[in-house]
Amino acid sequence: MKILYYPGCTLKTDAVSFEESALLAFQKLGVELEELKRWNCCGTVFSFTTDNVMYHLAPLRNLLRVREEGGEAVFTLCSMCYNTLKRANRLFRDDPEKRDKIKNIMYQEEREYDGKARVVHALELLRDEIGLDALREKTGDRLSNLRLAPYYGCMLLRPDGLGVDDAEDPSVFEDVIRAMGAEAVDFPFRGECCGAYQTVEQPEVVAERTWAILDAAKGCGAHALVVSCPLCAFNLDKRQEITSHLHPEFESMPVLYLTEVLCLALGIPFGDRWRKEHYATVEPVLNRVLEVSGKSG
Amino acid sequence: MKSAPQKKIGVFVCHCGKNIAAVVDVKKVVEEVAALPGVVFSTDYKYMCSQPGQALVQEKIREHGLEGVIVAACTPSLHEATFRKAASDAGLNAFCVEMANIREQCAWVHQGEPDAATDKAIEIITTMVKKTGLDRALVEDTIPITKRALVIGGGVAGIQASLDVADAGYDVVLVEKEPSIGGHMAQLSETFPTLDCAQCILTPKMVAVGTHPKIKILAFSEVRSLDGYVGNFKVAIERKARGVDWTKCTGCGICMEKCPTKVPAEFERNLGKRKAIYSPFPQAVPNKPVIDREHCLHYTKGKCGICEKVCEVGAIDFDQEPEIIEEEVGAIVVATGFDLYSRSNLGEYGAGRIPDVIDSLAFERLLSASGPTSGEIRRPSDGKVPQTVVFVQCAGSRDPEKHKPYCSRICCMYTTKQAMLYKHAVHGGQPYIFYIDIRSGGKNYEEFVERAQGEGVVYTRGKVSKIYQSGDKVAVMGVDTLAGKPVRIDADLVVLAMAMEPRASSSELSRILKIATGPNGFWTEAHPKMNPVGTTTRGIFLAGCGQAPRDVPDTVSQASGAAGKVISLFSHETLTLDPLTVEVDEEICAGCGICVPVCPYEARTLDERKKIALVNEALCQGCGACMIACPNGATVHRNFSKKQILSMVDSLL
Amino acid sequence: MEIKIEEIRSDLARKIADISGADPAKCYQCGKCSAGCPMAQHMDILPHQLVRLIQIGKIEEVLDSNTPWICAACLTCSVRCPRGIRIAEIMEAVRQVVIRKRDAKRRLDLPGEKREELPPIAIISAYRKIVE
Repeated sequence: MKILYYPGCTLKTDAVSFEESALLAFQKLGVELEELKRWNCCGTVFSFTTDNVMYHLAPLRNLLRVREEGGEAVFTLCSMCYNTLKRANRLFRDDPEKRDKIKNIMYQEEREYDGKARVVHALELLRDEIGLDALREKTGDRLSNLRLAPYYGCMLLRPDGLGVDDAEDPSVFEDVIRAMGAEAVDFPFRGECCGAYQTVEQPEVVAERTWAILDAAKGCGAHALVVSCPLCAFNLDKRQEITSHLHPEFESMPVLYLTEVLCLALGIPFGDRWRKEHYATVEPVLNRVLEVSGKSG
Repeated sequence: MKSAPQKKIGVFVCHCGKNIAAVVDVKKVVEEVAALPGVVFSTDYKYMCSQPGQALVQEKIREHGLEGVIVAACTPSLHEATFRKAASDAGLNAFCVEMANIREQCAWVHQGEPDAATDKAIEIITTMVKKTGLDRALVEDTIPITKRALVIGGGVAGIQASLDVADAGYDVVLVEKEPSIGGHMAQLSETFPTLDCAQCILTPKMVAVGTHPKIKILAFSEVRSLDGYVGNFKVAIERKARGVDWTKCTGCGICMEKCPTKVPAEFERNLGKRKAIYSPFPQAVPNKPVIDREHCLHYTKGKCGICEKVCEVGAIDFDQEPEIIEEEVGAIVVATGFDLYSRSNLGEYGAGRIPDVIDSLAFERLLSASGPTSGEIRRPSDGKVPQTVVFVQCAGSRDPEKHKPYCSRICCMYTTKQAMLYKHAVHGGQPYIFYIDIRSGGKNYEEFVERAQGEGVVYTRGKVSKIYQSGDKVAVMGVDTLAGKPVRIDADLVVLAMAMEPRASSSELSRILKIATGPNGFWTEAHPKMNPVGTTTRGIFLAGCGQAPRDVPDTVSQASGAAGKVISLFSHETLTLDPLTVEVDEEICAGCGICVPVCPYEARTLDERKKIALVNEALCQGCGACMIACPNGATVHRNFSKKQILSMVDSLL
Repeated sequence: MEIKIEEIRSDLARKIADISGADPAKCYQCGKCSAGCPMAQHMDILPHQLVRLIQIGKIEEVLDSNTPWICAACLTCSVRCPRGIRIAEIMEAVRQVVIRKRDAKRRLDLPGEKREELPPIAIISAYRKIVE
């Protein structure tokens, strides 16, 4: 199957491993991710301000592009893009007054957006379209030596009713990890905020969150954290540098993208370039995968 | 054709203080109305419902020989009965008295338009003059009463109601779906504010019920259907298959001792076990076991049968079938009680999967000397004695956004009690209560809370946001809104004061009994202030938490209240029926039978022999559906005839 | 502290309610928002206290606090509030009022190496929430 794919800014610059691993993994699963033409930055965050619709133009323009290319769904990897696109879409569909205003402002577009694009996150595609059974079949036991803690963060779950699963007790990420053959570690901080954009002006505050989240994951026996957002990745991975200053006893923990894990599960080699993008070394994870493949010869 | 002589009608226009008079020009109304054909007298008065107001009506009936009375005032649902009685005492048939609603339907809704409101008031009264002119004097029929009560639910409410009705000399059938009566109160350790042992104060009443010559307990049974009407109900009760012949069983308990199968005990909130053949607790009434067919090896695998072998009186009867028992009763008390909202609904508190996060009823079982740990407080996970216990109030209550919008009323008090009892049991232990408000409005309740604070219970004002497993402790993320700081406590045990909700079986029972439940599933009372024990169905009454959350004193009081209503009903030899129902003109009726399925109250039948439709006037609620359905107008609603309604409409055109 | 009806009904109070789409009046101060806020320990006024100050009209104090600037817009508060108060949205409204009324020329401190190090998603979201 083919689906239009929205990468978002960071996947082209600081999170190349996320995109590369995704393209490879989904191709092996029979899904062609066709990059949307003329996409623009979605704005990263959904604005809660009710009296200014300008903030919603960026995400809605992307959805218009989807419709212009004849698509009815757009695939995202980044949870922030997912949240922003989906919320803007819902606002456009549910609020006739704002919808009219936005259409007027976008008068220079060739077409009007009809509100019919659907925003799909990678986890949803794996669960609903590809199916967990198919995933299980294609991945085997390569990850059987791994205990992975999925980190949902905020944008995949909130607000209630918009996310990929129930905001307080989700299971889709754990289900996908299990379907990939690894043991899923359900740890209590899986939906706790990493600090997001506070990393710009208050990196120590974020580094404390990093400590709390990774400590909780370690406490539940996880070997690595799995994320689906380049900001979460930055905060939980790169900021470990500051965390180890604040907490000398802190031991680094690898933070991998969902699709990097998917590649490992599907037997796709882990890119060298990808290694370089990670701050905390991913060798422990790669070694565990090697152990299994070594045993099975 | 000579038309009937005009009835002499009197119109009394009420000011209702300022309610009507501030908007409607009552003097003008009186003047205009006096000129209507049929009106021989009209006047206004400040408060018609007062004694002098009623006396005025009576005086004028006598003075003018009135044959019809209209009181233009508030809604008939408030004072129609008042004026009917007053008129009747003065010799005028009650059903020739009408009310014209010029308050709720006129003055109150047109407060900005006094002229228009005055005109409308005149119009309303004009239509009522037309109706009243055609009203017939009606006689109230009577029906017999079966002086036997059905009580549904054997918790403390059902127990109290049964005892009161039986002590007044009437038979009671008490239906309880569990193997024993006692309800949730039997699960409690001690009750607030007296710290009485719950079982000690409840079991005397249970025994009284069990030995009362006038009370028949049908345990392990459920109501399946209800027919009839007040004084004359027919109820079908299913006695579920127990697998034990209770007429032979002596309650010796050997079968329970020898049974090899252990399953989590519902009575112990799954913290302890029971056997597949079981009685829920030692003081059970009736003290006879039932077999859980889902877990008993005989039923699941065709094996075992040890109970049958050891029973000395041969009471085990594996092939026992459920049976339907039919009873005839005159009144019903619905005392179905409550359940606790499930922890699985609160994802942020662990979704019910953290072993050391339990609900309040489970903690009661830990506190109870006859509980799964014999009254020792032990963590479900590892059996250790918890030194730090966090109690979380309002778990699921006061949450209109996601869970229950209402306050469950008893949790502040029982949490205080549980914290104190915990401290009594674990001397060095520290209880913390996270609360939003402390609601302690009952007698001696505030003093009880003060005592708890004095005994070292730490109250922290703030709603807990998240609870999670942290090592072998349970981390509680809360806040102290009074000190203005986020708070974290690593607890050994967390007790959630889960919201009270009505039994899941209420919705099916609602369909069977044809009484309503409200938006939160609780039974709907006849009037929230003036009649909290009645329902809109005559003869069916409510008691206990099935109607709304309440504590034991209020439950017992309400149960006695419901029993009082039953006793009052039974104190008559016959019951009078409201005559404002439907009648069939046998001359016109063609026996087509269309009216029968149309009636929502199943009040219509067809007499096959005479080929005419019949009305059961006790079941008929006067909704009028049959009157509309009847193709040749044979069905007439007394004092709401087509002629009357059309003449009312005509007068406005 | 005096409670003044003009302050409770002030334009700024109403503006905050309008921009956020929230109804601060319905807050019963349970504190669940503050209890679950990941940034609470760094704030000078806790989220529920900020809502309280709006309820009693002390808007200047709200505009002076650092709370909305520490907020990470994670929405945990809004999702858990038993009365459905949109607290995260109120934070955004307060940020907007400060920016529009006091500080239209806010900037992020982003020297060269810092900008190099940060991924675009961080810079853009910081601009959107803190500067704009």
